[in-house]
Amino acid sequence: MAQRAVSISLRLTSGAAALLVVVLTLGTLATVGWRAVPRGGLSAADLSAIRFTVWQAVLSAVFSIALAIPTARALARRKFPGRGVLVTLLGAPFLLPVIVAVLGLLAVFGRGGILNTALGQFGIDPVSIYGLWGVVLAHVFFNLPLATRLILQGWVEIPSERFRLAATLNAPVFSLLEWPMLRRVVPGIFLVVFLICLTSFAVALTLGGGPRATTVELAIYQAVRFDFDLGRAALLSCVQFGLCAIAAFLAFRVTLTEGFGVGLDRVVPRWDGRVWLDVCVLVLVTLFLLLPLTMILLRGLPALLTLPSEVWPAAWRSVWVAGLATGLTILLALAMALRGGRVMQGIGVLPLAASPLVVGTGLFLMIYPFASPPRFALAVTIMVNAALALPFALRALSPAVATVESDYGRLADQLNLTCWSRLRLVILPRIRRPLGFAAGLAAALSMGDLGVIALFATEDQATLPLVMYRLMGSYRMEAAAAAGLLLVALSLGAFWICDRGGRMNADA
Amino acid sequence: MLTLDRVTLTQGDFRLDADWTLQAGGLTVVIGPSGGGKSTLLAGIAGFLQPDEGQVRWDGKDLTPLPPGKRPVSMIFQDNNLFPHLTAAQNIGLALRPRLWMSTTEQRQVDDALARVGLTGMGDRKPGALSGGQQSRVALARLLLADRPLVLLDEPFAALGPALKDEMFELVRTLLVDSGKTVLMITHDPEDAKRIAEQTILVADNQASAPQATEALFADPPPTLSRYLGS
Repeated sequence: MAQRAVSISLRLTSGAAALLVVVLTLGTLATVGWRAVPRGGLSAADLSAIRFTVWQAVLSAVFSIALAIPTARALARRKFPGRGVLVTLLGAPFLLPVIVAVLGLLAVFGRGGILNTALGQFGIDPVSIYGLWGVVLAHVFFNLPLATRLILQGWVEIPSERFRLAATLNAPVFSLLEWPMLRRVVPGIFLVVFLICLTSFAVALTLGGGPRATTVELAIYQAVRFDFDLGRAALLSCVQFGLCAIAAFLAFRVTLTEGFGVGLDRVVPRWDGRVWLDVCVLVLVTLFLLLPLTMILLRGLPALLTLPSEVWPAAWRSVWVAGLATGLTILLALAMALRGGRVMQGIGVLPLAASPLVVGTGLFLMIYPFASPPRFALAVTIMVNAALALPFALRALSPAVATVESDYGRLADQLNLTCWSRLRLVILPRIRRPLGFAAGLAAALSMGDLGVIALFATEDQATLPLVMYRLMGSYRMEAAAAAGLLLVALSLGAFWICDRGGRMNADA
Repeated sequence: MLTLDRVTLTQGDFRLDADWTLQAGGLTVVIGPSGGGKSTLLAGIAGFLQPDEGQVRWDGKDLTPLPPGKRPVSMIFQDNNLFPHLTAAQNIGLALRPRLWMSTTEQRQVDDALARVGLTGMGDRKPGALSGGQQSRVALARLLLADRPLVLLDEPFAALGPALKDEMFELVRTLLVDSGKTVLMITHDPEDAKRIAEQTILVADNQASAPQATEALFADPPPTLSRYLGS
C-alpha cells in the first residue's frame, strides 16, 4: 500500500474528537452506571416501561414497513406528475421537528381533531390518540417515509432488464425479483426503524405517559426531573443503553443500502400490477403525511402575528444552539473522516446506541458535584445534539473524503500538498456537497430537538421546541401551532441554507 | 542517473523485480502487456509504493525514505491530473506554492509556463472548460514549473486522438527532453516506442528489464516482446 502520511496535527485533532465522542457516550454511561450500583433492582413500573418500549418499537417498525412496501412499489412502477415532489416530501419528516408533527397529528386524530369530528357525525365514540396507539401512529408518521425511501432504493436497484426478461417469460415478478430484494433490504430497515422508535423521547413525552404508556426514556426523564431519583435514572439509563446497543449491533451487522443516494427519480418500466391499487396507496399515504402539516399551517398562520412574548427569545436561542451544534458536528465528523479507519468508524456510530436522555443524565451527574446543572443546560444541549447528529454527518462525509483521496490523493502527494493546504485546496472544495448536506441535517436535527433540553432547562433557557411543548401543555394550541410554524421554517431554512451553500458554484 | 538496485515491488499477489541503471536525459518508453506491471514500476519510482527489497536511487542518493512530494520526480497520471475546482493557473501554481499564495513574480512564471504550452490567456479557465488536449498541456506546464529532473508519464495521452497525441509527444520532446530532463513514459503502442524513444524498458513476466536501445530491441525482439507484439 501507498503510505499516507498522517500528520501529527490530524492525529491530535481526530484523537480529541474521538475522545469527546467516547466521553459523551460511554463516559456518561459509566458515570450513570457507577451511580446505579448501590440502588436495588428494577421495580414493577420499570419492567412495564421496558416492555412498553420494546413493544411499541416493534409495532411501529412492523406498521411502518408494512405500509412502506406497497408505497415504495407504487412509486417504483408508476410515473406521474408530482412524483419527484412526493419523493422529496418523503425525505422531509426526517428534518421535521417531532413536536410539530405531534401537534399536527393531534389536530387530525386528537380529541377535537378532524377524525373524531367526523366520527361524531355518525354517532361513534371518539377515539383517543393518547397511549400506545398514539405513540405508534406518530412513529409511523415519521418512519413510514424513511422506510419507503430505503425500500424504494432497493426497488430501483433491480436492473430494468430483469423486469423485461420476466415480462417476456411471463414469470411472476414478485417471487422472482421483488421478494429476494425485500428479503435483502427489509431486515436492516426494520432494525433501523426499531432503533429510532426505541430512543424516541418527544413522542412518548407528548402522547404517552401514565403507567401503561411510559417508555424507558420517559421514565428516566421523570426520575430526574420530578422525583430527582438519580439512582433510578441511572439504572434505567443502563437498561436503555443495553436495549439500544443490542439493536444497533444487529442493525450494524445487517447491511443497509444507502438511503439518501441518487437514482430515486428513475422509474423502471413494468408490465404488471394494477393501477388503481397504486393510486389508492399513494393518495392515502400523501394524505396521511400532508394533512397534519396542513392543519398546523391553517391553525398557526392566523396566530403568527400574536405570538406569545417568550417565543422570540426562545427562537433566537434555538438558532444559536443549532448553529454551534452544527459547527461542532462538522468539526468532529471532518476530523474523524479525514483520519478514517475502523476505529474511527466504530466510534462514529456509538451515538446511535446512546440515547439523548442517558447522555444528558450522565452529564447531569458529572456536573452535579461541581455546579448547578441547569446553568449548563444550553452547553450540554449543544454537545448532545452535536454527538447525535455525528453518525449521519460521518456517513455523508466519509465516503466523500475516501473518493477524493482515491481520485486525487496521489496527485496531492506528488505536489507535496499536506495538512492544511491539502484540506483547504483539495478536500474541502471537493466535498462541498456532502459537507453542506451534513451541516444542514445537523442544523435541522438540533433546531427541532426536544430531548436533553427538557431535562435541564429552567424557565429562561427554553428553546423553541420546549416553549412549544409548554404551550401545548397549557392547551394554547393556536399559539403552539404558530410557534410550530416558526420552528418548521427555521429547521427547513437552516437545512436549505447549508445544503444550498454546498451546491452553489460547486464544480463537478 | 536512475538506479533500481535489486528492487522488488509487490502489490497484493503481484510481484515485480527490477535491477538496472538508466542514464540521465533522453526519452525512455516503458512497454509491456496490460497488467504486466508498468504502472507498478512507476509507482515504485515515484514513491507511492515502497519496495520490499532493494533501493531506488537518483544520482547515487537513496530515495526510499522520501515521500512522493519530496522526491526529484514529477508525474502525470492516466487521469485526474488536474483539480477540477481550481483554475488552470492555480493548478499550475501548485508546483511553485503548495499553498497557492503566489507573488507577482510567481504569477508571471505561471503565465510564462502557460505560454510555453500554447495556452496564453487561458489561465482563468477551469479544467471543465478545457479540451482534453488543453488539459494535458496544463499538466505539462505544471511539470515545467516543478522543474524536477525525473519525469514519469503514465500513459497520459492515451485518451487523445492520433494528431493530438503527436502534438503532445512533440511538446514532451521540445519542453522536457531538450531541456535535459529524464523522461520515462508508459505506452502500450509499440509504434510510439519506435517513433519517439531512444530507449525502451520491457515490463513483462514479473520483470522490468534493463533499458535497451529501441531500434536494436525491435530489430531482434526477445521472446517476451515477440509474444506481446503478436508476431
